[in-house]
Amino acid sequence: MKKTMKKNLILSVITLLLFSVTSFAQKRSLPNVTVKNLKGKQVNIQSVENDGKPIVISFWATWCKPCKKELNTIAEVYEDWQDETGVKLIAVSIDDSRSLSKVKPYVNASGWEYEILLDTNKELSRALGVTSVPHTFLLDGKGNIVWEHRGYIDGDEDELLEKIELLSK
Amino acid sequence: MKRILLFTFVFISSFTLYSQDNPIEIHGNFELNMQSYRVDSTIGANEPTPERVLNNAYLNLLITKGKFTAGLRYESYLNALKDYDPQYKGNGIPHRYATYTSDGLEVTVGNYYEQFGSGIILRTYEDKGLGVDNSLDGIRLKMSPINGIYLKGLIGKSRTYFNYSEGIIRGADAEFNINESLNLTSETSYIFGGSFVSRFQKDNNPAFNLPENVAAMSARLNIMHGGFNYFGEFSQKINDPIGSFSFDENNYANGKSIVNNLTYSQKGLGITFESHFVDHMEFRSERAKEKEYIINYIPTLSKNHTYTLLALYPCATQPEGEAGFNTNIFYKIAKNTLLGGKYGTKLNLNFARTNSIEGGTSYLNDSTSHTSRPLKSIFIKDETLYFSDFNLEINKKINKKVNLNLVLAKQNYNKDVLEGKTIGEYGIISSTIAVAEVSYKIKKGHTIRLELQELLSKDDETAEKHADGDWHMILAEYTISPNWFFTIQDMYNYGNYYEEKQLHYVNTSIGFVKGANRFEIGYGKKRAGIFCVGGVCKEVPSSNGFSLNISSSF
Repeated sequence: MKKTMKKNLILSVITLLLFSVTSFAQKRSLPNVTVKNLKGKQVNIQSVENDGKPIVISFWATWCKPCKKELNTIAEVYEDWQDETGVKLIAVSIDDSRSLSKVKPYVNASGWEYEILLDTNKELSRALGVTSVPHTFLLDGKGNIVWEHRGYIDGDEDELLEKIELLSK
Repeated sequence: MKRILLFTFVFISSFTLYSQDNPIEIHGNFELNMQSYRVDSTIGANEPTPERVLNNAYLNLLITKGKFTAGLRYESYLNALKDYDPQYKGNGIPHRYATYTSDGLEVTVGNYYEQFGSGIILRTYEDKGLGVDNSLDGIRLKMSPINGIYLKGLIGKSRTYFNYSEGIIRGADAEFNINESLNLTSETSYIFGGSFVSRFQKDNNPAFNLPENVAAMSARLNIMHGGFNYFGEFSQKINDPIGSFSFDENNYANGKSIVNNLTYSQKGLGITFESHFVDHMEFRSERAKEKEYIINYIPTLSKNHTYTLLALYPCATQPEGEAGFNTNIFYKIAKNTLLGGKYGTKLNLNFARTNSIEGGTSYLNDSTSHTSRPLKSIFIKDETLYFSDFNLEINKKINKKVNLNLVLAKQNYNKDVLEGKTIGEYGIISSTIAVAEVSYKIKKGHTIRLELQELLSKDDETAEKHADGDWHMILAEYTISPNWFFTIQDMYNYGNYYEEKQLHYVNTSIGFVKGANRFEIGYGKKRAGIFCVGGVCKEVPSSNGFSLNISSSF
């Protein structure tokens, strides 16, 4: 058992090395994962689009204070951001069945205008390496991930806006 | 299996097809949690740690090409952190899989995580904070033969640490989204679903003639109409004796659960009402009674608090029998009104309560039987209280610089039931909690945040032992966006009945975040307690030492 593990390890290290050599000019696109929207319809994350304009994908949960702070802060300036850059924000909730039914009431009560997706058993989170929330991704007009950020502290929205502005120039 | 997958990796890597439409992409993430342990008898950290430093680390590696993905996770426990089960030991690749989609059929081989409906008969998931990973290893198929119909089928064995439990799990799930399927545009929409899960395990008990195949099934319905949303799920578990080692324990009653959730929302207002009745619904990947073998998930009916003192006495589901409800009102007082001020004020009122079911868990063996009734359990009369929480949260942005958050809560916590103590040991602890949080923006990117928390608790007068009593907590955090944070906090158990336990737990941490990388170094004392994520809880021992956490992805 132990020997095969060692062998496996060596093999995977070799694999990793091989990859790092062969895959230069690496781009990062969205994974082939299906999530649900608030209407219960299945949506493949690769199908999200915004007419060639940037997209922000922000992972959050109803029980996560910094997530709500981030999305509430952006909600206040979202219209301005959209006018300036044409950006669209997709808020992916990782609430599991304990808090899933609170997502829509919370979103509506807060008056968010974002597109909401539900990643109930974290399939999308895992595919994107999201291990804690909030975790924010920025996509260019072609759907490639060009920037990401873990966590939220007050003022982080300014850095995000700068990155969006760079894309929409 | 491992070898085949790794072979696939190497095989594909040797094709260097970067100039195609679908180039190969490799991504992953890395996580490291290191902690040093010092003996500190004042907080009960008495046992020396011979290694002095313990470390958990993970690397996920994903390779995709078009509709094909293969992945593996390298896990390292040298040795596992103290709040982890010691059966997580050593290094290995306990998680590896390959999946592809072709003309609407998705095939996965290897380890996978799956959830049917709300998870009440099957949910495999991972939670590194809790040390839970019950992924199934086997085959899973998903397909959608026509619009709005979704089918899943699976077979596998459930992971337990670095091994697999004995039972073979087979399952199927179907979901029918009527509006999507018939292309209806009506205001009301309906989604039906049903699932079936069965487990095979050889009867290896000499004393009993045990059923080798046991099953659970569930039916669910989701109706949406305007601002209304109803979700209901009914489940049953049959033929599954748990802990069949003695005549007293041998219970082969059927399990059942009923879930009813109703929510309403419109702009500025959200209302939720969730309830469930659960009776003998623990579903395991093998008969043995250890907690880690559970393959279903019964959500806890209470608010998932994040402030430390509000989560000091957290609710946990009792899958063997409980009835309860959880209701929320979210309301935003409009901008430019007397109470709303310039930015509006947000309110969240929450009330949750769970109690035992009528006459206790359903019971059936050769000599006695009892069947509890859902309706009787909901209209509480003499049932035992497990947990209740009544709380109000107010969030207000005062001006461009100041943000205020206030919480007031009244909680009752049945420590004996929720922590598996002897009945009568601690009884029901009642506490009143107040939290005030204020953040102040000093200048662009610089923010200071303060939390003041107070918990006043009353011991159960009929109980034998004293609980922890009253607590203060203070936290100060300074953040410099987008890279730095500094935190210091002190929890002080000033109201403990025993003077030698009136202790300070001081913790400090520094963090650095740059894009996809996050580093955090901490030092301090942690109290022993119950740590929960999503209603699943684990016991954490007290500790004193340094910690290092790194998260990174690429």
